[in-house]
Amino acid sequence: MSKLVIENVSRVFPPSHKGGQPTRALEPTSLAIADNDFITILGPSGCGKSTLLRIVAGLDHATAGQVLLDGAEVKAPGPDRGMVFQSYTLFPWLTVAQNIAFGLRERGLPEAERLKIAQDWCQRVGLKGFEKHFPKQLSGGMQQRTAIARVLANNPKIMLLDEPFGALDNQTRALMQETLLEIWERERKTVMFVTHDIEESIFLASRVVVMSARPGRIKADIRVDLPYPRHYTVKTSPAFSDLKAQLTELIRVEAQTAAAH
Amino acid sequence: MLRPLQPVSSAARVGLGILFFVVFVAVWAWATFGGYVTRTFLADPLTMVREGYELLVKHGFLYDIGMTIWRVVGGFVLAALVAVPLGILMGTYRAVEAFFEPFVSFARYLPASAFIPLLILWAGIGETQKLLVIFIGSVFQLILMVAVTVAGTRRDLVEAAYTLGAKDWGIIARVLIPSSAPAIAEILRLVLGWAWTYVIVAELIGSSSGIGHMIVDSQALLNTGQIIFGIIIIGLIGLVSDFLFKLANRWLFPWSLV
Repeated sequence: MSKLVIENVSRVFPPSHKGGQPTRALEPTSLAIADNDFITILGPSGCGKSTLLRIVAGLDHATAGQVLLDGAEVKAPGPDRGMVFQSYTLFPWLTVAQNIAFGLRERGLPEAERLKIAQDWCQRVGLKGFEKHFPKQLSGGMQQRTAIARVLANNPKIMLLDEPFGALDNQTRALMQETLLEIWERERKTVMFVTHDIEESIFLASRVVVMSARPGRIKADIRVDLPYPRHYTVKTSPAFSDLKAQLTELIRVEAQTAAAH
Repeated sequence: MLRPLQPVSSAARVGLGILFFVVFVAVWAWATFGGYVTRTFLADPLTMVREGYELLVKHGFLYDIGMTIWRVVGGFVLAALVAVPLGILMGTYRAVEAFFEPFVSFARYLPASAFIPLLILWAGIGETQKLLVIFIGSVFQLILMVAVTVAGTRRDLVEAAYTLGAKDWGIIARVLIPSSAPAIAEILRLVLGWAWTYVIVAELIGSSSGIGHMIVDSQALLNTGQIIFGIIIIGLIGLVSDFLFKLANRWLFPWSLV
Protein backbone atom coordinates (compact mmCIF):
# COMPACT_ATOMS: atom_id res chain seq x y z
CA MET A 1 0.00 0.00 0.00
CA SER A 2 1.19 3.50 -0.74
CA LYS A 3 2.21 5.58 2.19
CA LEU A 4 1.25 8.90 0.65
CA VAL A 5 -1.39 9.34 -2.00
CA ILE A 6 -1.88 12.62 -3.83
CA GLU A 7 -5.19 12.59 -5.70
CA ASN A 8 -5.92 15.21 -8.35
CA VAL A 9 -4.48 17.94 -6.23
CA SER A 10 -4.52 21.36 -7.87
CA ARG A 11 -3.86 24.86 -6.67
CA VAL A 12 -5.12 28.10 -8.12
CA PHE A 13 -4.00 31.34 -6.48
CA PRO A 14 -6.59 34.13 -6.56
CA PRO A 15 -5.71 37.20 -8.62
CA SER A 16 -3.35 39.54 -6.83
CA HIS A 17 -5.33 42.59 -7.89
CA LYS A 18 -8.91 43.32 -8.87
CA GLY A 19 -9.70 42.21 -12.41
CA GLY A 20 -6.47 40.18 -12.64
CA GLN A 21 -6.16 36.60 -13.77
CA PRO A 22 -5.98 33.84 -11.16
CA THR A 23 -2.67 31.97 -11.24
CA ARG A 24 -2.81 28.25 -11.92
CA ALA A 25 0.19 27.09 -9.92
CA LEU A 26 -0.55 23.39 -10.02
CA GLU A 27 -2.64 21.42 -12.50
CA PRO A 28 -4.55 18.42 -11.10
CA THR A 29 -1.73 16.13 -10.01
CA SER A 30 -1.78 12.56 -8.80
CA LEU A 31 1.11 10.72 -7.26
CA ALA A 32 1.55 7.75 -4.98
CA ILE A 33 4.63 7.29 -2.82
CA ALA A 34 5.49 3.86 -1.43
CA ASP A 35 6.55 3.29 2.15
CA ASN A 36 10.27 3.99 2.78
CA ASP A 37 10.68 5.36 -0.72
CA PHE A 38 12.92 8.33 -1.45
CA ILE A 39 11.45 10.41 -4.23
CA THR A 40 12.69 13.71 -5.57
CA ILE A 41 10.47 16.23 -7.30
CA LEU A 42 12.54 17.89 -10.00
CA GLY A 43 11.50 21.00 -11.88
CA PRO A 44 12.44 24.55 -12.84
CA SER A 45 11.70 27.31 -10.38
CA GLY A 46 8.08 28.36 -10.31
CA CYS A 47 6.77 25.01 -11.49
CA GLY A 48 4.62 24.45 -8.42
CA LYS A 49 6.84 21.76 -6.88
CA SER A 50 7.12 23.67 -3.61
CA THR A 51 3.39 24.36 -3.69
CA LEU A 52 2.78 20.62 -3.96
CA LEU A 53 5.11 19.95 -1.04
CA ARG A 54 3.47 22.66 1.06
CA ILE A 55 0.05 21.14 0.37
CA VAL A 56 1.33 17.76 1.56
CA ALA A 57 2.75 19.49 4.66
CA GLY A 58 -0.64 21.13 5.27
CA LEU A 59 0.89 24.61 5.09
CA ASP A 60 -1.10 25.37 1.95
CA HIS A 61 -4.47 23.98 0.93
CA ALA A 62 -5.39 22.39 -2.35
CA THR A 63 -7.99 24.14 -4.48
CA ALA A 64 -9.27 20.69 -5.43
CA GLY A 65 -8.27 17.10 -4.76
CA GLN A 66 -6.91 15.54 -1.61
CA VAL A 67 -3.79 14.19 0.03
CA LEU A 68 -3.95 10.95 2.00
CA LEU A 69 -1.28 9.84 4.45
CA ASP A 70 -1.80 6.23 5.58
CA GLY A 71 -5.33 6.59 4.27
CA ALA A 72 -6.17 9.65 6.40
CA GLU A 73 -6.83 12.97 4.70
CA VAL A 74 -4.31 15.74 5.31
CA LYS A 75 -6.04 18.92 6.46
CA ALA A 76 -3.51 20.82 8.57
CA PRO A 77 0.18 20.70 9.34
CA GLY A 78 1.24 18.05 11.82
CA PRO A 79 4.27 16.31 13.31
CA ASP A 80 3.70 13.23 11.14
CA ARG A 81 4.92 15.30 8.15
CA GLY A 82 8.16 16.96 9.23
CA MET A 83 9.54 19.58 6.90
CA VAL A 84 13.02 20.95 6.23
CA PHE A 85 12.95 24.36 4.56
CA GLN A 86 15.36 26.02 2.18
CA SER A 87 15.72 29.02 4.50
CA TYR A 88 17.39 28.42 7.84
CA THR A 89 14.47 27.90 10.18
CA LEU A 90 16.16 26.84 13.39
CA PHE A 91 14.75 28.77 16.33
CA PRO A 92 17.55 31.25 17.04
CA TRP A 93 16.75 31.47 20.77
CA LEU A 94 17.15 27.72 21.28
CA THR A 95 20.37 25.72 21.36
CA VAL A 96 21.00 22.91 18.89
CA ALA A 97 19.77 20.31 21.40
CA GLN A 98 16.69 22.38 22.29
CA ASN A 99 15.92 22.86 18.60
CA ILE A 100 16.09 19.13 17.99
CA ALA A 101 13.86 18.56 21.02
CA PHE A 102 11.28 21.18 19.97
CA GLY A 103 8.74 18.71 18.58
CA LEU A 104 9.22 16.38 21.56
CA ARG A 105 8.44 19.25 23.88
CA GLU A 106 5.28 20.10 21.96
CA ARG A 107 4.31 16.48 22.42
CA GLY A 108 4.81 16.86 26.17
CA LEU A 109 7.72 14.48 26.68
CA PRO A 110 9.55 14.89 30.02
CA GLU A 111 12.73 16.93 29.83
CA ALA A 112 15.16 14.14 30.63
CA GLU A 113 13.80 12.03 27.80
CA ARG A 114 13.85 14.96 25.37
CA LEU A 115 17.47 15.63 26.18
CA LYS A 116 18.42 12.02 25.69
CA ILE A 117 16.78 11.82 22.25
CA ALA A 118 18.26 15.19 21.23
CA GLN A 119 21.75 14.12 22.20
CA ASP A 120 21.33 10.86 20.37
CA TRP A 121 20.32 12.75 17.21
CA CYS A 122 23.18 15.21 17.56
CA GLN A 123 25.47 12.24 17.38
CA ARG A 124 23.67 10.66 14.43
CA VAL A 125 23.92 13.79 12.26
CA GLY A 126 27.50 14.51 13.30
CA LEU A 127 26.86 17.42 15.64
CA LYS A 128 28.26 15.91 18.79
CA GLY A 129 29.84 18.64 20.90
CA PHE A 130 27.60 21.33 19.41
CA GLU A 131 24.55 20.59 21.59
CA LYS A 132 24.79 23.86 23.49
CA HIS A 133 25.57 26.09 20.49
CA PHE A 134 23.10 28.64 19.23
CA PRO A 135 22.16 28.49 15.51
CA LYS A 136 24.02 31.69 14.67
CA GLN A 137 27.23 29.97 15.80
CA LEU A 138 26.79 27.23 13.19
CA SER A 139 27.64 27.08 9.50
CA GLY A 140 24.83 26.72 6.96
CA GLY A 141 25.48 23.02 6.53
CA MET A 142 25.41 22.41 10.28
CA GLN A 143 22.17 24.37 10.58
CA GLN A 144 20.51 22.20 7.95
CA ARG A 145 21.81 19.05 9.62
CA THR A 146 20.22 20.27 12.84
CA ALA A 147 17.00 20.96 10.94
CA ILE A 148 17.02 17.39 9.59
CA ALA A 149 17.67 15.99 13.07
CA ARG A 150 14.87 18.19 14.44
CA VAL A 151 12.41 16.59 12.03
CA LEU A 152 13.67 13.02 12.49
CA ALA A 153 13.70 13.26 16.30
CA ASN A 154 9.94 13.71 15.94
CA ASN A 155 9.74 10.34 14.17
CA PRO A 156 7.49 11.52 11.32
CA LYS A 157 5.73 9.19 8.89
CA ILE A 158 7.15 11.16 6.00
CA MET A 159 9.93 13.69 5.74
CA LEU A 160 9.46 16.64 3.38
CA LEU A 161 12.45 18.62 2.17
CA ASP A 162 12.08 21.83 0.17
CA GLU A 163 15.43 22.49 -1.56
CA PRO A 164 17.15 22.13 1.81
CA PHE A 165 20.66 22.48 0.40
CA GLY A 166 19.82 25.25 -2.06
CA ALA A 167 21.59 27.94 -0.06
CA LEU A 168 24.77 25.92 0.52
CA ASP A 169 27.96 26.05 -1.52
CA ASN A 170 28.65 23.16 -3.89
CA GLN A 171 31.11 21.24 -1.71
CA THR A 172 28.95 21.47 1.39
CA ARG A 173 25.92 20.50 -0.65
CA ALA A 174 27.61 17.33 -1.92
CA LEU A 175 28.58 16.36 1.63
CA MET A 176 25.07 17.07 2.90
CA GLN A 177 23.59 14.86 0.18
CA GLU A 178 25.80 12.01 1.35
CA THR A 179 24.87 12.63 4.99
CA LEU A 180 21.17 12.65 4.16
CA LEU A 181 21.52 9.47 2.11
CA GLU A 182 23.38 7.73 4.93
CA ILE A 183 20.68 8.72 7.39
CA TRP A 184 17.96 7.53 5.05
CA GLU A 185 19.70 4.21 4.34
CA ARG A 186 19.88 3.67 8.10
CA GLU A 187 16.46 4.98 9.17
CA ARG A 188 14.41 4.08 6.08
CA LYS A 189 11.97 6.95 6.22
CA THR A 190 9.61 7.91 3.45
CA VAL A 191 11.12 11.03 1.89
CA MET A 192 9.79 13.61 -0.53
CA PHE A 193 12.56 15.94 -1.65
CA VAL A 194 12.03 18.98 -3.88
CA THR A 195 14.96 20.27 -5.92
CA HIS A 196 15.90 21.94 -9.18
CA ASP A 197 19.34 20.29 -9.19
CA ILE A 198 19.36 17.36 -11.63
CA GLU A 199 22.40 15.62 -10.17
CA GLU A 200 21.01 15.91 -6.65
CA SER A 201 17.67 14.46 -7.74
CA ILE A 202 19.32 11.36 -9.23
CA PHE A 203 21.94 10.79 -6.56
CA LEU A 204 19.43 10.75 -3.71
CA ALA A 205 16.29 9.25 -5.10
CA SER A 206 14.96 5.85 -6.00
CA ARG A 207 12.45 7.73 -8.13
CA VAL A 208 12.56 11.14 -9.82
CA VAL A 209 9.31 12.92 -10.60
CA VAL A 210 9.84 15.65 -13.20
CA MET A 211 7.46 18.59 -13.20
CA SER A 212 6.70 20.94 -16.04
CA ALA A 213 6.88 24.72 -16.00
CA ARG A 214 3.88 26.67 -14.71
CA PRO A 215 1.17 25.57 -14.53
CA GLY A 216 2.90 22.65 -12.85
CA ARG A 217 2.04 19.08 -13.69
CA ILE A 218 3.94 15.81 -13.67
CA LYS A 219 5.83 15.36 -16.90
CA ALA A 220 7.81 12.20 -16.23
CA ASP A 221 8.23 9.64 -13.48
CA ILE A 222 11.59 7.91 -13.70
CA ARG A 223 12.96 5.05 -11.60
CA VAL A 224 16.57 5.31 -10.51
CA ASP A 225 17.89 1.77 -10.33
CA LEU A 226 21.30 2.59 -8.91
CA PRO A 227 21.85 0.28 -5.93
CA TYR A 228 21.98 1.57 -2.37
CA PRO A 229 24.13 2.25 -0.41
CA ARG A 230 25.34 4.80 -2.89
CA HIS A 231 28.83 6.13 -2.86
CA TYR A 232 29.51 9.59 -4.26
CA THR A 233 31.54 7.95 -7.06
CA VAL A 234 28.24 6.75 -8.50
CA LYS A 235 27.92 10.25 -9.93
CA THR A 236 30.56 9.41 -12.52
CA SER A 237 29.10 6.02 -13.54
CA PRO A 238 27.66 5.55 -17.06
CA ALA A 239 24.19 4.71 -15.71
CA PHE A 240 24.18 7.97 -13.79
CA SER A 241 25.32 9.92 -16.84
CA ASP A 242 22.59 8.39 -18.98
CA LEU A 243 19.92 9.39 -16.48
CA LYS A 244 21.40 12.81 -16.19
CA ALA A 245 21.35 13.29 -19.95
CA GLN A 246 17.74 12.13 -20.12
CA LEU A 247 16.62 14.45 -17.31
CA THR A 248 18.63 17.38 -18.63
CA GLU A 249 16.75 17.09 -21.89
CA LEU A 250 13.38 16.99 -20.10
CA ILE A 251 14.18 19.92 -17.83
CA ARG A 252 15.74 22.06 -20.54
CA VAL A 253 12.48 22.39 -22.43
CA GLU A 254 10.69 23.32 -19.23
CA ALA A 255 13.28 25.85 -18.20
CA GLN A 256 12.95 27.50 -21.59
CA THR A 257 9.18 27.64 -21.22
CA ALA A 258 9.54 29.07 -17.74
CA ALA A 259 12.05 31.66 -18.88
CA ALA A 260 9.76 32.74 -21.72
CA HIS A 261 7.11 33.82 -19.19
CA MET B 1 41.41 59.56 9.25
CA LEU B 2 37.75 60.39 8.69
CA ARG B 3 36.41 58.00 6.11
CA PRO B 4 32.83 56.90 5.56
CA LEU B 5 31.76 53.95 7.75
CA GLN B 6 35.33 53.39 8.91
CA PRO B 7 35.30 51.94 12.45
CA VAL B 8 37.18 53.66 15.29
CA SER B 9 39.02 52.02 18.19
CA SER B 10 37.14 51.68 21.47
CA ALA B 11 39.62 53.99 23.20
CA ALA B 12 38.98 56.68 20.60
CA ARG B 13 35.26 56.11 20.98
CA VAL B 14 35.34 56.71 24.75
CA GLY B 15 37.70 59.64 24.35
CA LEU B 16 35.51 61.35 21.77
CA GLY B 17 32.40 60.77 23.89
CA ILE B 18 34.06 62.45 26.88
CA LEU B 19 35.46 65.21 24.70
CA PHE B 20 31.96 66.36 23.83
CA PHE B 21 31.12 67.01 27.47
CA VAL B 22 34.41 68.81 28.01
CA VAL B 23 33.71 71.10 25.05
CA PHE B 24 30.14 71.62 26.22
CA VAL B 25 31.14 72.64 29.75
CA ALA B 26 33.95 74.79 28.37
CA VAL B 27 31.58 76.76 26.14
CA TRP B 28 29.14 77.08 29.01
CA ALA B 29 31.86 78.33 31.36
CA TRP B 30 33.17 80.75 28.74
CA ALA B 31 29.68 82.19 28.17
CA THR B 32 28.86 82.59 31.86
CA PHE B 33 32.20 83.49 33.48
CA GLY B 34 33.03 85.75 30.55
CA GLY B 35 29.88 87.71 31.28
CA TYR B 36 28.35 87.15 27.86
CA VAL B 37 25.15 85.84 29.45
CA THR B 38 23.38 87.43 32.39
CA ARG B 39 23.55 85.42 35.62
CA THR B 40 19.79 85.76 35.98
CA PHE B 41 19.23 83.65 32.90
CA LEU B 42 22.02 81.13 33.10
CA ALA B 43 24.07 80.10 36.11
CA ASP B 44 27.71 79.26 35.63
CA PRO B 45 28.89 75.63 36.09
CA LEU B 46 30.38 76.21 39.56
CA THR B 47 27.22 77.85 40.87
CA MET B 48 25.26 74.96 39.43
CA VAL B 49 27.40 72.44 41.32
CA ARG B 50 27.10 74.45 44.55
CA GLU B 51 23.33 74.79 44.19
CA GLY B 52 23.10 71.11 43.45
CA TYR B 53 25.06 70.27 46.57
CA GLU B 54 22.77 72.46 48.64
CA LEU B 55 19.72 70.90 47.08
CA LEU B 56 20.90 67.44 48.00
CA VAL B 57 22.11 68.26 51.50
CA LYS B 58 19.76 70.99 52.73
CA HIS B 59 16.56 70.67 50.73
CA GLY B 60 16.13 66.90 50.67
CA PHE B 61 16.37 66.69 46.89
CA LEU B 62 17.06 62.96 47.13
CA TYR B 63 13.48 62.52 48.27
CA ASP B 64 12.29 64.37 45.15
CA ILE B 65 14.46 62.19 42.93
CA GLY B 66 13.08 59.10 44.64
CA MET B 67 9.50 60.27 44.14
CA THR B 68 10.07 60.95 40.44
CA ILE B 69 11.73 57.59 39.85
CA TRP B 70 8.91 55.88 41.69
CA ARG B 71 6.30 57.62 39.55
CA VAL B 72 8.04 56.82 36.28
CA VAL B 73 8.64 53.20 37.16
CA GLY B 74 5.15 52.78 38.64
CA GLY B 75 3.32 54.30 35.68
CA PHE B 76 5.55 52.56 33.21
CA VAL B 77 5.19 49.13 34.79
CA LEU B 78 1.39 49.55 34.79
CA ALA B 79 1.49 50.52 31.13
CA ALA B 80 3.76 47.58 30.26
CA LEU B 81 1.50 45.14 32.15
CA VAL B 82 -1.42 46.21 29.96
CA ALA B 83 0.43 46.88 26.72
CA VAL B 84 2.69 43.86 26.35
CA PRO B 85 -0.03 41.17 26.62
CA LEU B 86 -2.45 43.23 24.53
CA GLY B 87 0.22 43.94 21.93
CA ILE B 88 1.07 40.24 21.72
CA LEU B 89 -2.61 39.39 21.25
CA MET B 90 -2.98 42.03 18.56
CA GLY B 91 0.15 40.85 16.79
CA THR B 92 -1.06 37.26 16.94
CA TYR B 93 -4.74 37.53 16.05
CA ARG B 94 -5.77 39.71 13.11
CA ALA B 95 -9.31 40.11 14.50
CA VAL B 96 -8.03 41.47 17.80
CA GLU B 97 -5.81 43.83 15.87
CA ALA B 98 -8.70 44.99 13.68
CA PHE B 99 -10.73 45.67 16.84
CA PHE B 100 -8.14 47.73 18.75
CA GLU B 101 -5.84 49.16 16.13
CA PRO B 102 -7.92 52.15 14.93
CA PHE B 103 -8.57 53.29 18.49
CA VAL B 104 -5.00 52.82 19.66
CA SER B 105 -3.66 54.64 16.61
CA PHE B 106 -5.97 57.52 17.42
CA ALA B 107 -5.16 57.52 21.13
CA ARG B 108 -1.44 57.41 20.41
CA TYR B 109 -1.57 60.94 19.04
CA LEU B 110 -3.33 62.39 22.07
CA PRO B 111 -0.59 64.21 23.97
CA ALA B 112 -0.36 62.96 27.54
CA SER B 113 0.26 66.49 28.76
CA ALA B 114 -3.10 67.62 27.39
CA PHE B 115 -4.76 65.13 29.72
CA ILE B 116 -3.21 66.66 32.83
CA PRO B 117 -6.00 69.20 33.51
CA LEU B 118 -8.61 66.51 32.99
CA LEU B 119 -6.74 64.01 35.14
CA ILE B 120 -6.44 66.58 37.92
CA LEU B 121 -10.22 66.92 37.84
CA TRP B 122 -10.66 63.17 37.94
CA ALA B 123 -7.89 62.02 40.22
CA GLY B 124 -6.78 65.16 42.08
CA ILE B 125 -3.15 66.14 42.31
CA GLY B 126 -2.04 63.00 44.15
CA GLU B 127 0.05 60.08 42.96
CA THR B 128 -2.78 58.47 40.98
CA GLN B 129 -2.83 61.45 38.64
CA LYS B 130 0.94 61.30 38.06
CA LEU B 131 0.84 57.58 37.37
CA LEU B 132 -2.07 58.06 34.99
CA VAL B 133 -0.20 60.68 32.96
CA ILE B 134 2.71 58.31 32.43
CA PHE B 135 0.36 55.43 31.81
CA ILE B 136 -1.54 57.33 29.11
CA GLY B 137 1.66 58.63 27.62
CA SER B 138 3.28 55.26 27.17
CA VAL B 139 0.60 52.56 26.96
CA PHE B 140 -0.65 53.27 23.43
CA GLN B 141 2.83 53.60 21.99
CA LEU B 142 3.82 50.33 23.63
CA ILE B 143 0.76 48.46 22.40
CA LEU B 144 1.30 49.41 18.78
CA MET B 145 5.03 48.77 18.73
CA VAL B 146 4.70 45.38 20.44
CA ALA B 147 1.87 44.40 18.06
CA VAL B 148 3.95 45.29 15.00
CA THR B 149 6.94 43.36 16.33
CA VAL B 150 4.94 40.22 17.08
CA ALA B 151 3.11 40.40 13.74
CA GLY B 152 6.49 40.62 12.03
CA THR B 153 7.68 37.27 13.38
CA ARG B 154 9.40 35.28 10.63
CA ARG B 155 6.67 33.27 8.93
CA ASP B 156 8.96 30.35 8.14
CA LEU B 157 9.72 29.85 11.85
CA VAL B 158 5.99 29.65 12.55
CA GLU B 159 5.54 27.17 9.70
CA ALA B 160 8.46 25.07 10.92
CA ALA B 161 6.89 24.96 14.38
CA TYR B 162 3.56 23.83 12.91
CA THR B 163 5.22 20.97 11.02
CA LEU B 164 6.91 19.96 14.29
CA GLY B 165 3.54 19.55 15.93
CA ALA B 166 3.00 22.90 17.65
CA LYS B 167 -0.59 23.91 18.30
CA ASP B 168 -1.76 27.54 18.44
CA TRP B 169 -0.76 28.00 22.07
CA GLY B 170 2.64 26.46 21.38
CA ILE B 171 3.10 28.91 18.50
CA ILE B 172 2.34 31.87 20.77
CA ALA B 173 4.27 30.73 23.84
CA ARG B 174 7.24 29.10 22.19
CA VAL B 175 7.66 30.92 18.88
CA LEU B 176 6.01 34.35 18.76
CA ILE B 177 6.92 35.45 22.29
CA PRO B 178 10.54 34.25 22.45
CA SER B 179 11.27 35.48 18.94
CA SER B 180 9.87 38.95 19.74
CA ALA B 181 11.27 39.18 23.26
CA PRO B 182 14.51 41.05 22.47
CA ALA B 183 12.66 43.57 20.31
CA ILE B 184 10.00 44.03 23.00
CA ALA B 185 12.73 44.69 25.59
CA GLU B 186 14.20 47.25 23.22
CA ILE B 187 10.77 48.91 22.83
CA LEU B 188 10.40 49.09 26.62
CA ARG B 189 13.80 50.75 26.87
CA LEU B 190 12.84 53.31 24.26
CA VAL B 191 9.41 54.16 25.68
CA LEU B 192 10.78 54.40 29.22
CA GLY B 193 12.81 57.33 27.92
CA TRP B 194 9.63 59.02 26.75
CA ALA B 195 7.95 58.32 30.08
CA TRP B 196 10.58 60.54 31.70
CA THR B 197 9.37 63.55 29.73
CA TYR B 198 5.78 62.93 30.79
CA VAL B 199 6.62 62.66 34.48
CA ILE B 200 8.40 66.00 34.52
CA VAL B 201 5.48 67.67 32.75
CA ALA B 202 3.10 66.09 35.25
CA GLU B 203 5.22 67.38 38.12
CA LEU B 204 5.43 70.89 36.72
CA ILE B 205 1.70 71.24 37.25
CA GLY B 206 0.11 70.70 40.64
CA SER B 207 2.73 68.75 42.47
CA SER B 208 4.38 69.05 45.87
CA SER B 209 7.35 66.79 45.25
CA GLY B 210 9.57 65.44 42.50
CA ILE B 211 12.25 66.82 40.21
CA GLY B 212 9.71 68.72 38.11
CA HIS B 213 8.28 70.35 41.24
CA MET B 214 11.76 71.46 42.29
CA ILE B 215 12.33 72.96 38.85
CA VAL B 216 9.14 75.04 39.05
CA ASP B 217 10.05 76.22 42.55
CA SER B 218 13.53 77.20 41.38
CA GLN B 219 12.07 79.11 38.48
CA ALA B 220 10.04 81.24 40.91
CA LEU B 221 13.30 82.01 42.74
CA LEU B 222 15.18 82.63 39.46
CA ASN B 223 17.63 79.93 40.56
CA THR B 224 18.83 78.68 37.18
CA GLY B 225 21.62 76.68 38.82
CA GLN B 226 19.10 74.43 40.51
CA ILE B 227 17.06 74.08 37.33
CA ILE B 228 20.08 72.99 35.34
CA PHE B 229 21.15 70.63 38.10
CA GLY B 230 17.68 69.04 38.03
CA ILE B 231 17.81 68.62 34.27
CA ILE B 232 21.26 67.04 34.46
CA ILE B 233 20.06 64.62 37.13
CA ILE B 234 17.22 63.54 34.84
CA GLY B 235 19.73 62.93 32.06
CA LEU B 236 21.99 60.92 34.35
CA ILE B 237 19.15 58.74 35.59
CA GLY B 238 18.14 58.14 31.97
CA LEU B 239 21.69 57.15 31.12
CA VAL B 240 21.86 54.71 34.01
CA SER B 241 18.48 53.12 33.29
CA ASP B 242 19.41 52.79 29.63
CA PHE B 243 22.64 51.09 30.57
CA LEU B 244 20.87 48.71 32.96
CA PHE B 245 18.33 47.83 30.27
CA LYS B 246 21.07 47.08 27.76
CA LEU B 247 22.92 44.98 30.30
CA ALA B 248 19.77 43.01 31.12
CA ASN B 249 19.05 42.43 27.43
CA ARG B 250 22.53 41.15 26.82
CA TRP B 251 22.16 38.78 29.72
CA LEU B 252 18.62 37.65 28.85
CA PHE B 253 19.03 37.28 25.09
CA PRO B 254 22.57 36.14 24.34
CA TRP B 255 21.32 34.47 21.15
CA SER B 256 20.16 37.70 19.53
CA LEU B 257 23.53 39.42 19.56
CA VAL B 258 25.39 39.53 16.29
